[in-house]
Amino acid sequence: MASLITCPHCGTRPKEEFSIRGAAGPERPSPTARDEDWHRYVYVRDNPKGRYQEHWHHVAGCRRWLVVDRDNLSHEVFGVTDAAEFERARVAK
Amino acid sequence: MTSFRLTAGGAVDRDHALNFTFDGKAYKGFAGDTLASALLANDQMLMARSFKYHRPRGVVTAGSAEPNALMTLGIGGRTEPNARATVTELYDGLTAKSQNRWPSLKHDFGAFNSALSPFLGAGFYYKTFMWPGLFWEKLYEPLIRRAAGLGKAVMQADPDRYEKSWAHCDLLVIGAGPTGLMAALAAGRAGARVILADEGFRFGGSLLSEGASIDGRPAAEFAASIVGELSALPNVTLMPRTTVFGWYDDMVFGAVERVQKHVAAPSPDLPMERMWRIIAKQAILATGAEERPLVFGGNDRPGVMTAGAVRTYLNRFGVAAGKRVAIFTNGGSGYRTAADLLAQGIEVAAIVDARAQSNDAAPQDVRVMRGGSVIATKGRLRIDGLIAERSGLDEVIACDALAMSGGWSPIVHLMCQRGAKPVWSEDKQAFMAPDVGGTFAAAGSAAGFDTISVCLRDGAAKARAALKALGRLVGPLDIPDVEGEYDPSFAPLWYVPGAKGKAFVDFQNDVHVGDLGLAQREGFRHIEHTKRYTTAGMATDQGKLGNVNTVGIVAGMRGVSPAEIGTTTFRPFYTPVSFGAMAGTARAEHAAPFRTSPLHGWARKNGAVFVESGLWHRSAWFPQEGEKTWRESVDREVLNVRANAGLCDVSTLGKIEVLGRGAAEFLDRIYSNGVLKLPVSRARYGLMLREDGIVFDDGTVSRLAENRYVITTTTGSASEVLSHMEFAAQTFWPELDVRCVSVTDQWAQMSLAGPKARIIMGRVVQDDISDTSFPFMSAKEVTLRGGLKGRLFRISFSGELAYELAVPAGYGEAVADAIMEAGREEGICAYGVEALNVLRIEKGHVTHSELEGRTTADDVGLGRMMAMQKPDFIGKRLSTRFGLTAADRLQLVGLKPIEADKEIKAGAHLLKDQAKPSLANDQGFVSSACFSPVLGHFIALALLKSGRERYGEKIVVWDGLRGTEVAAEVCSAVFVDPENLKLHL
Repeated sequence: MASLITCPHCGTRPKEEFSIRGAAGPERPSPTARDEDWHRYVYVRDNPKGRYQEHWHHVAGCRRWLVVDRDNLSHEVFGVTDAAEFERARVAK
Repeated sequence: MTSFRLTAGGAVDRDHALNFTFDGKAYKGFAGDTLASALLANDQMLMARSFKYHRPRGVVTAGSAEPNALMTLGIGGRTEPNARATVTELYDGLTAKSQNRWPSLKHDFGAFNSALSPFLGAGFYYKTFMWPGLFWEKLYEPLIRRAAGLGKAVMQADPDRYEKSWAHCDLLVIGAGPTGLMAALAAGRAGARVILADEGFRFGGSLLSEGASIDGRPAAEFAASIVGELSALPNVTLMPRTTVFGWYDDMVFGAVERVQKHVAAPSPDLPMERMWRIIAKQAILATGAEERPLVFGGNDRPGVMTAGAVRTYLNRFGVAAGKRVAIFTNGGSGYRTAADLLAQGIEVAAIVDARAQSNDAAPQDVRVMRGGSVIATKGRLRIDGLIAERSGLDEVIACDALAMSGGWSPIVHLMCQRGAKPVWSEDKQAFMAPDVGGTFAAAGSAAGFDTISVCLRDGAAKARAALKALGRLVGPLDIPDVEGEYDPSFAPLWYVPGAKGKAFVDFQNDVHVGDLGLAQREGFRHIEHTKRYTTAGMATDQGKLGNVNTVGIVAGMRGVSPAEIGTTTFRPFYTPVSFGAMAGTARAEHAAPFRTSPLHGWARKNGAVFVESGLWHRSAWFPQEGEKTWRESVDREVLNVRANAGLCDVSTLGKIEVLGRGAAEFLDRIYSNGVLKLPVSRARYGLMLREDGIVFDDGTVSRLAENRYVITTTTGSASEVLSHMEFAAQTFWPELDVRCVSVTDQWAQMSLAGPKARIIMGRVVQDDISDTSFPFMSAKEVTLRGGLKGRLFRISFSGELAYELAVPAGYGEAVADAIMEAGREEGICAYGVEALNVLRIEKGHVTHSELEGRTTADDVGLGRMMAMQKPDFIGKRLSTRFGLTAADRLQLVGLKPIEADKEIKAGAHLLKDQAKPSLANDQGFVSSACFSPVLGHFIALALLKSGRERYGEKIVVWDGLRGTEVAAEVCSAVFVDPENLKLHL
């Protein structure tokens, strides 16, 4: 029926407004990275049960990509971050 | 016909008679009746035939758990099968029909199954109709479906409207009985936003059915006064006739409101039903408890019903279940029923109490048989007696109705829909609501409390707690005094020994105790297996009435506690929801957007035939008088474009503007070819790859200004490309200053192609578009004669001298008309996507038939588009990996039939000359094919192993689906004007 995602730009919105891409964890390797790194990035995904960071796209809203930190078993959402913020924070680390 | 209607009492309006029919016979009921209560009042106890054995069945409950009294309501497109008579609000003109019987409810041939019942036990179908395999699908299943079943859907379209809506509240109260009313009142008075929803048409729940008095008034009157106060509160929304059927993530509740199901003449201005999604900060489950039937021999005879149902028909509807009612109970409910019946002057045949001792006292002069049980019932279409047994002594007791009470089960479905299992309580002998956290609490009898006064208090207390969790204070609420309530506590009794005849556990699916035993013996011991093997708890009622008894009996058979057996899985929906409500407004032409181009009107005026392409309706070809086949039109259009000029609608191509100081760098990383140095006012063909090195999409990039580009995508990939670009901009390179925005719908875009295109375009735009000032691949803003600004691109998909002109969408049709007018003398024609496809195949241009998710740039002859000197672009790194560069990859080639009159069709596979068709011999396939009017024969594009080395080879085009084989010659994919002379005219 529905569930709700709180977009940092648009507020609490039904999930039908979003599309889900998948894991936000994998980081695009540098163009000179090893074959193995690229293989992992393009083809290999963990399939964990529990807490998971995913890329969601607010397609029918602000059209920003978001990182939704949630439990994929209970759908408890721990936080929603703009993906650009998430990347900047990742770079800063 | 005997009337079972009392002369006074109940919440029906005896001055307001309603006419209705059941199986074609006319009846009268009153406003406030349900269909079931009205039928009972008219001595129509027989309401249905059972699912499997076609046994005669009457009504067994007065609520939404009803397993028996399922009927087909309405006529024509408004026909609704499997409606429960117990929750169907009576209206004038209601038409009801019984189901699963032939030729009539009284005389049903299917009852023959009952004689066969020793052979029709659980698992019968699985064991008997095993083979031959095909027989199941073709013979057995259709026959079984015809013999056993529920109501039938009709083929007519539903004439009514449905809609969907959202609602928000601080507190959602589900159920408007004593608990729910007090919860809503407490929260409502405190100013919270409250929604009170109840599946019934009158608020009050058990208060409408029970004889107690509250604050010195009858319980029903008390309920009405609370409803009166609530309806005056602006912060409280009352939703009668609304079933909350599901609890979803993030405190979203699904509910369906039956807006006009009870109306004789529905208004076309209102929906029939409304689907609600209610977002609640807190919720209280005040759904009450379900009375359990007792499982004894012949417990499905018409006239046997739950004691609570007997009281509801009596007290709420003023209908006596019988003239002489017997009672079989294991708790206080049976005694209360006896008292209520006597108070209305109905004779009570006896109370058979399974308990040897209890504190319950029978009314004066009513016989009580303690420590007794009912082992059989008598009668055909209605009970006329029962056999009671005590210590081996059988005794026949005459009666025309039997009230049974096996105790109570809290109605906890909603709280168990998200994974939590109900918890067995040894103390309450019932499955209780699980703890699901601080936002959703069960209250009143849904939480296992039994008397009205406790429920009133618990409702108020739970509301106070819910609001406190939201940081709101609720003042104390006076709990009114209740007089004359009874103690409904009971001793467990799952199975009544000594049954003569079948003792049913699940009435709707004809599952009896013997079936449960068979399932245990045959190893289907897990309760989910028992359910599937016996069908107990399946179909429209999902075992609301029988499931707990099933668990209790299976526990008894195994000698364990029901806690060890557990329950089956609870899932939405609580009760059936119509497809209409689920579809809402999304039906027929509203099921999907009807996307038309801004040039749709122009195309229609010119006689276009349209083709659906995704959601778009594109102009496919423009037949002229005398043309009988689409090919005639397409051939003419193609030849005319090559000889003169044609105008084609290309508005559906995706158009994305890319802006910002980082736009050039960004596009350079998005496309595989170089874009960084594209000068202002120039366009370029662009290829996008996926990160795995495969081609994703193609289109054009035009630089309108230093930091402003407009790119095009293929029609089908427009939204996917935009998402992909946004993802790259926001997550790969957030440091780049770039914004992408879709402008597909803002611009009408048309392609003017053909040797005379410049002459015609020159008559429409003011700017100099000579080959020197506006050479091939120019792109800039132009002014049309008349002052309108547009964008002109000298790009070509047809291989001809061509321009694409974009104007603001609203001007599209006028501009297209003007171009047709300007080109009339030059012989301009309108051409559609079919001709466009022929033109591009003749030129060897690729579309998604070739860029089909497996091909690399090199495969389709676009290796030059891979700017490997760039430090990075999407897809670069994996484009050179092993496998994508292998020598025997499929490569784009052209094919022409060796015999000129032979046809090549897309999808056919390629074989070496003389080779037999097999997977091992497969050399590739035809991706696109058409008749080339320029060449006068069929041509095709194909993906062929090492194709570019094989020009001149004879190859077999094998079409296994259509059974054809054509010899063809491999050639270059460019059939027309390979030197591109016509582009640069």
